[in-house]
Amino acid sequence: MASISFEGVAHSYERKPRGDRDYALKTLEMTFENGGAYALLGPSGCGKTTLLNIISGLLRPTRGRVLYDGRDVTGLRPAQRNIAQVFQFPVIYDTMTVAENLAFPLRNRGLDRATIGRRVHEVATMLELENVLGQRAAGLTADQKQKVSLGRGLVREDVAAVLLDEPLTVIDPQLKWLLRRKLKEVHARYNHTFVYVTHDQNEALTFADRVVVMYDGSIVQVGAPQDLFERPLHRFVGYFIGSPGMNFLPCHPTGDGLGIDGTDIVMGGAWFEKAAERAHARLELGIRPEHLQALATADGDTVPARILRVEDLGNYKLVTAMLGPHRLFAKVPEGQEIGNENTNLRFPPARTRLYADGELLV
Amino acid sequence: MKTGLIRFSLAVYLLILMLPIYWMVNMSLRENADILSTFVLFPDKPTFDNYIKIFTDPSWYSGYINSMIYVSMNMALSVTVALPAAYAFSRYRFIGDKHVFFWLLTNRMAPPAVFALPFFQLYQTMGLIDTHIAVALAHTLFNVPLAVWVLEGFMSGIPREIDETAYLDGYSFPRFFFRIFMPLIKTGIGVTAFFTFMFSWVELLMARTLTTTEAKPIAAVMTRTVSATGLDWGLLAAAGVLTIVPGALVIYFVRNYMAKGFALGRV
Amino acid sequence: MEKPTNNAAWLFVIPVVLLVAFNAIMPLMAVVNYSVQDIFGPGQAYWVGTEWYKEVLGDKRLHEALWRQFLFSGLVLLIEIPLGVLIALAMPRRGWAVSLVLVVLALPLLIPWNVIGTIWIIFTRPDIGLMGYTLNSFGIPFDHTASPLDAWITLMLMEVWHWTPLVVLLAYAGLKAIPEAFYQAAAIDGASAWKVFRYIQLPKMRGVLTIAVLLRFMDSFLIYAEPFVLTGGGPGNATTFPSIYLVKVALGQFDLGPAGAFSVIYFLIVLLFSWLFYQVLQNVGKRSAR
Repeated sequence: MASISFEGVAHSYERKPRGDRDYALKTLEMTFENGGAYALLGPSGCGKTTLLNIISGLLRPTRGRVLYDGRDVTGLRPAQRNIAQVFQFPVIYDTMTVAENLAFPLRNRGLDRATIGRRVHEVATMLELENVLGQRAAGLTADQKQKVSLGRGLVREDVAAVLLDEPLTVIDPQLKWLLRRKLKEVHARYNHTFVYVTHDQNEALTFADRVVVMYDGSIVQVGAPQDLFERPLHRFVGYFIGSPGMNFLPCHPTGDGLGIDGTDIVMGGAWFEKAAERAHARLELGIRPEHLQALATADGDTVPARILRVEDLGNYKLVTAMLGPHRLFAKVPEGQEIGNENTNLRFPPARTRLYADGELLV
Repeated sequence: MKTGLIRFSLAVYLLILMLPIYWMVNMSLRENADILSTFVLFPDKPTFDNYIKIFTDPSWYSGYINSMIYVSMNMALSVTVALPAAYAFSRYRFIGDKHVFFWLLTNRMAPPAVFALPFFQLYQTMGLIDTHIAVALAHTLFNVPLAVWVLEGFMSGIPREIDETAYLDGYSFPRFFFRIFMPLIKTGIGVTAFFTFMFSWVELLMARTLTTTEAKPIAAVMTRTVSATGLDWGLLAAAGVLTIVPGALVIYFVRNYMAKGFALGRV
Repeated sequence: MEKPTNNAAWLFVIPVVLLVAFNAIMPLMAVVNYSVQDIFGPGQAYWVGTEWYKEVLGDKRLHEALWRQFLFSGLVLLIEIPLGVLIALAMPRRGWAVSLVLVVLALPLLIPWNVIGTIWIIFTRPDIGLMGYTLNSFGIPFDHTASPLDAWITLMLMEVWHWTPLVVLLAYAGLKAIPEAFYQAAAIDGASAWKVFRYIQLPKMRGVLTIAVLLRFMDSFLIYAEPFVLTGGGPGNATTFPSIYLVKVALGQFDLGPAGAFSVIYFLIVLLFSWLFYQVLQNVGKRSAR
C-alpha cells in the first residue's frame, strides 16, 4: 500500500528531445492516493501506458521524480519497487501449475513453505482459482490466465500498487464484466492502490473511484466518474466520455446573449447573458445528449431544430437534430413526444457549459 | 561485468568462425603457384587475377547468374505456397493434419544419390531439363516442408485472440492476414526466406543432375577447376568467396525482420 | 486454446501437398522399383523380391557405417544444440551490432558443401593451412589423412563450424519472438537469470528447437559431400558413412538394385528416429512440470 506521486515528470522516447512534440508525456504533477482505485483513460497514443510504465519502473522518466510514500524511487528497478503488473495478454509461466505460478514470487524471495502455501491458497480462493491450482497454467482459459497474472501480483503482502494495462483486452465479452467485478472486489478487500489503464470509458467509469483522463501526453482532468460526466473541465473530456459524447455548438457573444455561429439564433436569458460577459476566446456551448431536451411544442426558451433521425434504443430514443448547420444528439425518454419533422430544443442552464478555447469557463 | 564477459566470448566465437573464411579470402588473392610454395598470414603481393578471371569468363559467371535465378524462383515459390498452409496447420484441425505435417518433413529424409536418376527421368519427360524452373521446382521438395514447419512454429506463437479481435473489428480474412498477421510474424518470414535461399543455393546434386549447360549452377562449375597441374586453389578460393556474397546480401536484407523485436502494449 | 476443426482448411494446404508430392511420388516409386529388381541393362530387369534387402541388411560394412553414423549424429546434436542456444542467448537483441553479428554468423551456411570440404582440407594442411601450420609449429603432429582420430576431429570441427549457426539463427529468432512483457513480469517477480531461462525462454523456444534438432539429425545422418571431399571416407573406412558407402555401391558398381534397397532402408531409419525425436519433443512440455 502506498501513495504514488509524480513531481515534474516528463518523458520522451527520443534521445535528444527538442520541442514539446517530442515528449510522449508532458510535464505533470499527480498524486495517486494510498488505496485509491484509479483509471487512466484516454485514446491510443495519449501517454497512459507510458505513465504506467513510469510508475512501475519499467521506464525511467526523462525528467522529474517518482515518489512512493514520499520516498524517491525514480532510480529503482521494478523488482525493487514492490509492484504488481497485469498486461494486455496473460503473462504466466506456461510450464508451471497455477499453484507454482502463484508461489513463484514468494519462492524467489526465500519465504518458508508454510507461508507460501497459506498465501497461495488465500489468493487463489479470492480469485476463484482454487479448483485449478494443480492444473498446468497453459491449459486455462484467457480469463483464468489473467487471474493468475493478477494473483501473482497479489501474493506478496507488501505490494505497493497494482498496475493493470488494458487487462481485459483478450477476454471474451461476456466474461469481461465478471472479471471487472472481481477486480473491484479485490480492491475492496486488500485496499491496494490500483491504477488501471484503458481506452474504454465503460471499464474506467465502472471500475474507478477517480478517473484520470489523458490526451496527447497531458492529464486533462482527474475526478470521480460523476464529476467527469457533469463538469468536464476540458472539451476533450466532454467529447470522450459519454456515448455519444457531449454536443458542442460554436457561438459568439451578442448584445443579449450568445449567438450560435451560422444561424440567426441567439440564446437569451439570464444565464446566457452572464456567460456572454465572461467570454474572451473561441467559444463553444457544451451540453450532453442526456441533458439536452427535445420537445414537441415550443415555448419561451426553446430553439427550433430539424429532426434528421430518430433511433429507438429500448428505454430511450436517440434523436439526431440539425440546429442550422450543426448536428446535435439528444437522448429522450421513450414515450416522450418530440415532434415529426421539427422539434424544439431546450438547454437547461444548470446542465449547459461554456468552453473557451476548449477549457471550461462557466 | 557479466555482460562484458558475454560480449567478449561472443566476439571470440565470431572471430574463430571467420578464420577459415579469412583463410579463403587470403588464398583468393594469391596465385596458385604462390600458395603452394610459401605460407604467409597476409598475402604480400595481393592480386585480383583470380577474381578477374571469374568475372570475365562466361563459363564462370554464368554459373552465378544461373544459381541466383533458380534460387530466387524457389524462394518466392516456397514462401508463397507455405504461408497459407502454415496458417491452416497453426489455426485449425482437419482430417489427416498431423500426418500430412509430418509427411512433409519426411521428404528431407531420403539419401539423394539414388533418387537423382528417376528425378532426371521425371523432368525429362516434362521437357524441363536444363531450365531454371526445373531446379526451382525440384528444390521445393525439401524447401517447402521446411518453410511450412518454420512458419507454423512462428504462427503458433501468436495468440488466436488476435485473429478473433480482428474479425470482431470487421476485418476480412485477406486484410487481416496481410495487414495484421504478417507483420507479427516478420521474424519467421525472414528466417524462412533465408533458409529457403540457403538450402537451395548450396544444393549440388539435383542442380547438377537437372542441368547441362544453360542453367548450370555455380557449385557445379567449381568442381571443374581441376586442370593438368591439379586444383587451382586460388581460383577455387575466389569462386568460393564469391558464392558467399549473394547470401550475405540476402541475410543483410532480412536482418531487420529477424532483428526487430515483437512489442505489444506500447501506447 | 483448442483449435477448431475445419476441413475447409485443406484448401490452404493443397498447393503445398501437390507441389511436394509431384517431386516425391514418382522418384520414390522408381527407387522402390529398383530395390525389388535385378537390372542388367535397359529393358532387362527381373523381379527378385526381397533379395536385395536381405543382402544389404547382412552387409557387415554397412553395419559399421551405420554405427559410425549414429556416433557422428549423436555428437553433432550433443554439441550443436546447446552451443547454438548459448550463442543465441549471448547475442545482442537491439542495436547496430545485431546486423553485423547475423551476417557473420550466416557466412558458413552459404558456402557450397563441396567447397566447405575443400576449405577444411586446406585449413588443416601443415604446409598451406592456418590450423595445420600452427599445430605443426607447436610440435603437434596432426594429419587427418593418416590418423582416424585426427580425421574425426577435423570432421567434427568442420561440421560444428558449418552448422551451429543454423541452430543459432533458429534459436535467436525464437528468442526474439518472446514479448518483452514476459521479461518485465519476471523482473517484477524477482526471478534470476537461470529461472528466466528455464521457465520463459526454454519453453517458448520449444518450437524452434524441435525444428533445429530434426533438421540437424536428418541432415547429419544423410551427410555426404563434406566428409567425402575432406577424407574420401578414409583413412581406410574410418569416416565412411552410409551415404558415402551407398554412392560407392550405386555409382561405383552401377548396381541399382542393392542401391535402391539400401536407399529405402536408409530412409526408414531416418524416418524412425526423426519420428521418435518429434514425439519426445512435442510431449516433453505436456506432462506436468517438475
